[in-house]
Amino acid sequence: MSTQETKQVAQPAPVKELPQFEKSITDKIEGKFGAKAKIEFVKPLRIRVKVAKEDVLDVARFLRDEMHYDHAESVTGVDYPADKEIEVVYHLGSYTDPELAKQVLTLATRAPREENPNPGSDSTRLPSLRDIFYSVEFHERECFEMLGVFFDGHPDNRRLLLPEDWADLPPMRKDFRIKGR
Amino acid sequence: MSTTSLPPGLQIEKVDERIMTLNVGPQHPGSGHMRIIVKIDGDYIVDADPDPGYVHRGEEKMAEYRNYIQNIPHLERPVIHDSCNVLYPYCLGVEELLGISVPERAKYIRVIASELNRCVYTQYWLAIYGIFLGHSTMFMWPAGDRELLIDMLEKMTGARVTHAYFVPGGVRNDVPANFEDMLLKRVNYFEKRIKEYAAIFYDNPILISRTRDAGKLSREDAIRLGTTGSVLRASGVDYDLRVKEPYDAYGELDIKVNTLKEGDAYARSKIPWLDMLESCNIIRQALQKMPKSGSVRVKLKPNPKGGNDEVYKRVESGRGSLGCYVVSRSTAEPYRVKMSVGSFRNLICMPYLLKGEKLGNMPAVYWSLNYWPVEADR
Repeated sequence: MSTQETKQVAQPAPVKELPQFEKSITDKIEGKFGAKAKIEFVKPLRIRVKVAKEDVLDVARFLRDEMHYDHAESVTGVDYPADKEIEVVYHLGSYTDPELAKQVLTLATRAPREENPNPGSDSTRLPSLRDIFYSVEFHERECFEMLGVFFDGHPDNRRLLLPEDWADLPPMRKDFRIKGR
Repeated sequence: MSTTSLPPGLQIEKVDERIMTLNVGPQHPGSGHMRIIVKIDGDYIVDADPDPGYVHRGEEKMAEYRNYIQNIPHLERPVIHDSCNVLYPYCLGVEELLGISVPERAKYIRVIASELNRCVYTQYWLAIYGIFLGHSTMFMWPAGDRELLIDMLEKMTGARVTHAYFVPGGVRNDVPANFEDMLLKRVNYFEKRIKEYAAIFYDNPILISRTRDAGKLSREDAIRLGTTGSVLRASGVDYDLRVKEPYDAYGELDIKVNTLKEGDAYARSKIPWLDMLESCNIIRQALQKMPKSGSVRVKLKPNPKGGNDEVYKRVESGRGSLGCYVVSRSTAEPYRVKMSVGSFRNLICMPYLLKGEKLGNMPAVYWSLNYWPVEADR
């Protein structure tokens, strides 16, 4: 938390009781998957669920079919060199269910990270969610080139934004440094 | 032909002799700063492969090297005409991370600035849309009329575009004296002006016959492809974050969400125009409800640090939902910033809609997606 100079009202202190509606969603997920789906936080309008990469397809399918999340807003890769892992975060939303309109469910999973990456041919792999959420197609392509996470089952793992002849590290990894910084 | 020896990302393809491959862009004025590789059979497009990235500037990487405040000016660069809206989710996110709340007056100033920006952006887009359909009046009018609002934004922020006006904690400075009256006058005139566009453009039988039924996107597909903004609402999905998940002062205002059912290029090009008319209403409401005085900014300490937390905030920009995911690891710089932008999300429609269209319809379909190459590349 930052400190303040002038009058500054802190956000409502971390609410002790969890928001009702969000809690009901996580209860259903926990009821179905138990310890496999780790609920990391429940905040107003935002839920974060973390799953192992073996379970991500099952959980995603459940979220789509039973919980009515129908599209992914973004797919973010976050590099954690200290954990030797790369986290891929899906932000899921719903257009069809009016109750879920303001909710964003964060589905996170992690892939192993290699010190000397060889994108596409090393162990940094995850199952693609493209068959479940069609909207992740371009997002996963971006994640592949920027972090070197290969998505198994993705029909089109080509480069998207980077030049075709990019031969350096995947640039969003932490060990890729900007010159002079 | 074996493709197994090629590294992932490269592939050899064999194309039928009937099929011609055509590169539209990246220098072609019809595509913006991107390339679309289209395969045509005679006059019909059989495949379209968008190839963005020519204006990729690594905003997200740059954000990891600068502290929360230093990130403000560069994060708005993806869409300089809509710079307030681009910066908005980042500011909301940082405010949540730092646990600060914005003064009431600043919330309304933000609404006004972001609605003005939406109009300025949409006018620019409309000008381009007009000229690519060969309607040069529709280039001149919006390009001229947007100056009315750019002048107001200049008075507010000191810059015509790239305002860097929103900061975590409020807005950079208060509006000048007598601003409300000036703005009201201009907005009323602006509204009168853009209503005239209907007669020359939107009710024009040539435009209608050109864009009606071009690039049809059904409601189901719009949802499945995860489209957003005018593309989604033109396909009949009633989804606008200003209403669905109101932020700052939007919850206090009465906002009409424009939707159309057709899902074709005509509907997609009409929604932004309807949104501009609605923006005028929103600005008038905000001017009425805005507290007449008070602080507009909560000062932060230098180098504020977030906790061990993450936020995902989103706003409705000129091109649809714009999300910002900020991961903080108790340092002065964000650990990861991801911008989920409307243009990038709508990119997925391009191969889908262009397939089966005539090549001549490509500009109409492409520009109706309200696609901004620089934003998609970030």
